[in-house]
Amino acid sequence: MTNQTSSTHGPSSEAPLIVEMRGIVKKFPGVLANDHVNFELKRGEIHGLLGENGAGKSTLMNVLAGLYRQEAGTILVNGEPKVFSSPRDAINAGIGMVHQHFMLVPSQTVTENILLGLDDPRFFLRLPDYDTKIAELGERFGLKVDPRAKVWQLSVGEQQRVEILKMLYRGVNVLIMDEPTAVLAPQEIEGLFVTLRAMIAQGKSVIFISHKLQEVSVIADRVSVLRRGVATASGIASKGVSRQELARLMVGRDVIFSLDKKPSQPGEVVLDVRDIYAENDKGLPALRGISLNVRAGEIVGVAGVAGNGQSELSQVISGMRECKQGHVTLAGDTVSNRTTLFGIQHGMAYVPEDRTHVGSAPNLSITDNVIMKKYRTAPILKRGLLDMKAATSLANELKQAYDIIVPNVSTPVRLLSGGNLQRVILAREISGLPAFMVAVQPTRGLDVGAIEGVHRLLLAQREAGAAVLLVSEELEELLSLSDRVYVIYEGRIMGEVKVGGGEPDESLIDTIGQMMTGTPLEQIQKEGVAAHD
Amino acid sequence: MDFTIILQAGIASGTVLLFATIGELFSERAGVLNLGVEGMMLIGAMSAFSTTIATGNPWLGVLVAMFFAGLISQIHAFIVITLQADQVVSGLSLTFLGAGISLVLGEGLSKAGTVSLLPSFSIPLLTLIPIIGKIFFTNQSVLVYVGYLLVPLAWYYINHTRPGLHLRAVGEYPSAADALGINVFRMRYFYVFIGGMLAGLAGATISLAVSPGWFSELTTGGQGWIAIGLVIFAQWDPIRAAFGAYAFGALRRLILDIQGPLVLFGFNNPFYYNPYLGFFLQMLPYLFTVIVLVIGSREAMRKRIGAPAALGNPYIRGERGK
Ligand SMILES: Nc1ncnc2c1ncn2[C@@H]1O[C@H](COP(=O)(O)OP(=O)(O)OP(=O)(O)O)[C@@H](O)[C@H]1O
Ligand SMILES: [Mg+2]
Repeated sequence: MTNQTSSTHGPSSEAPLIVEMRGIVKKFPGVLANDHVNFELKRGEIHGLLGENGAGKSTLMNVLAGLYRQEAGTILVNGEPKVFSSPRDAINAGIGMVHQHFMLVPSQTVTENILLGLDDPRFFLRLPDYDTKIAELGERFGLKVDPRAKVWQLSVGEQQRVEILKMLYRGVNVLIMDEPTAVLAPQEIEGLFVTLRAMIAQGKSVIFISHKLQEVSVIADRVSVLRRGVATASGIASKGVSRQELARLMVGRDVIFSLDKKPSQPGEVVLDVRDIYAENDKGLPALRGISLNVRAGEIVGVAGVAGNGQSELSQVISGMRECKQGHVTLAGDTVSNRTTLFGIQHGMAYVPEDRTHVGSAPNLSITDNVIMKKYRTAPILKRGLLDMKAATSLANELKQAYDIIVPNVSTPVRLLSGGNLQRVILAREISGLPAFMVAVQPTRGLDVGAIEGVHRLLLAQREAGAAVLLVSEELEELLSLSDRVYVIYEGRIMGEVKVGGGEPDESLIDTIGQMMTGTPLEQIQKEGVAAHD
Repeated sequence: MDFTIILQAGIASGTVLLFATIGELFSERAGVLNLGVEGMMLIGAMSAFSTTIATGNPWLGVLVAMFFAGLISQIHAFIVITLQADQVVSGLSLTFLGAGISLVLGEGLSKAGTVSLLPSFSIPLLTLIPIIGKIFFTNQSVLVYVGYLLVPLAWYYINHTRPGLHLRAVGEYPSAADALGINVFRMRYFYVFIGGMLAGLAGATISLAVSPGWFSELTTGGQGWIAIGLVIFAQWDPIRAAFGAYAFGALRRLILDIQGPLVLFGFNNPFYYNPYLGFFLQMLPYLFTVIVLVIGSREAMRKRIGAPAALGNPYIRGERGK
């Protein structure tokens, strides 16, 4: 066995298998989430697991981590068959998982969270001893985090490190990471990769679930792909395959990465935001004098690192947050500090960041969710009552038109995959023929196929003459969809740039990057001029 | 009026609240709200008193009280943990059930005469400390001293031991605890049982020490509800709970005693001459409880004062979209 560590070389082909899953079958009511899936993990490799939303990636890994019990199939660890009836069994066999949603107790310290459920300490906690131990372990794997800090004080990236430490502390040899980069800022992703490589160097193995093809080709040695519960590729070397091929394996058809975007023909100003101030949930200033506008028939992007006021901005616009100063007008009518209904009646559509609680009512059916903005008028409202027949047929129409994959429209939306849920929300918002739409992180956590679909819908809105404000942390997405991009930093607009069609050029990306870290556009331009002199 | 005597009696009376409050605190820390404290206290007071009458052994009375109150708490545990029903509704029914059972079984107990009580004594040396010694360490029931020990032990247990860590995790984020192999259901049953036992002990403290006898539902007189209010007031911390319990015990005594003398501080005592003022005073602890409960039931406020995050929610394994 070689000691190769870098992901470009990977473990030698004769590295022993540490995990083998054979013929795994897992069903949920009405869904065959895993259909005789085979999966192999070699010692010392980073194995990428790709697949669309709802392909069954999390399910397969939850089986391996002991959270779900498979209906058929066997799991071998180091060649020995194992039966896991709880996550604890899996951990004892050396397999640990970091879930999509972190499982940390916010009110407890990092050390307390890590010690949870262990037999040592036996009775008295004596935390300081363990604090040092954990700090040392963190050091070894490049996971910097203060063991005495309470979890609620930590950033998302730090919390993820605690989750990884929790597993390393339990001595796992196989770490499963379920979409670890979905919640991270670009710099944090780099840090995570450093940690993963350190783990490989120390003889551990990693399963890395992701939607982002590019990431997988950077970090993974080998790749497996699931589509609708079936493995369409098992352990192919990541070097040899192109993004196109991977996408085809995931989606089952060709995915078009470049969108055909017609030149923009902006019309009247639809949304006008004038010098607004607002506070965040903690009562601290979040927006400090933001002005921007969106015209009919254009997509305007808002770029920025997470937490710089994007959420608050979209909430003030949609009427969900108080505007302390300034105002927002929609086609001339002031909508800020009015009811959300007022905004809706004036053509506002809102695709919020939090799909599951703000964007939809998780326990209600697709039908109930799609009529939420329409139940006040005919045909849904009939003689003062809801006409459920009309509602169901509307839902079925939208299901067809927006490609919502689900057995029937009475399914509660909490059971939908991320991509399908987003389609339900978009279907509701777009079918109201809005004059203006604000979409926040509309593709977060979605797979390539679903992202393509959402992008198409947004562009169709633009072509139909609607004004669209797109808030996103994905620069690539902003550059490919937007006509103009504003950059937000600490509640202020750092500048506005025009985005032409075609390939975005380096200097534009560089300018936006500088604005995202707090340099106003004017200053960049001045320095640029100075440099040329 | 000698205030040290009032305070001395107040500590004894506060011990009742203390046991009930700490018991409820354990249950809530595990995520289970149990509004049946009043009912469990009545069961405890009744069974302690009748056992002692029958056997002449007050210690046996205490044990039986804790056992039966613990047992009846398990009805609530079964309904809310296993059947996952609403904790408020089940807790309220437990109050009625406990009151009903103890009134029926306690019928006639009030005329049963006197019983041998738990011993009272002073602590040598400590009793010599000025004022404090008189209030805390002179001629108090053994249960009062048990209360002094319980507070630091409960605090240390919750914050500095492994089972305490697990208890906090189960009340804050049960699925995280479950994923690490902690048996959430068993833990919740256990701490509801602890809560029941301590409520039973609180009841026994009334009927065998603080105001001996059985006076049907007036025996507890709503102190179970005050205990529930005190848990919120204490922000789920045993030390603060002790302060609250003793302060309320003292207040209760003061309210009773202030209505006695004809002359107060050289004036005609208004509380003696105007009984309505007395009634008003007696209402105050309950008014406090109502206010605390109203405040504590507001989600945002609960978060700010540090309520266990999973308090009141049943734990359902592997539920999606939560
Ligand atoms: N606990 C559950 N109950 C019912 N259905 C479930 C459950 N968990 C998953 N499913 C269904 O099983 C299928 C596979 O889901 P899974 O979460 O494994 O997908 P995934 O590949 O991880 O998708 P994503 O990228 O959205 O995380 C989906 O159709 C999903 O709706
Ligand atoms: Mg998943």
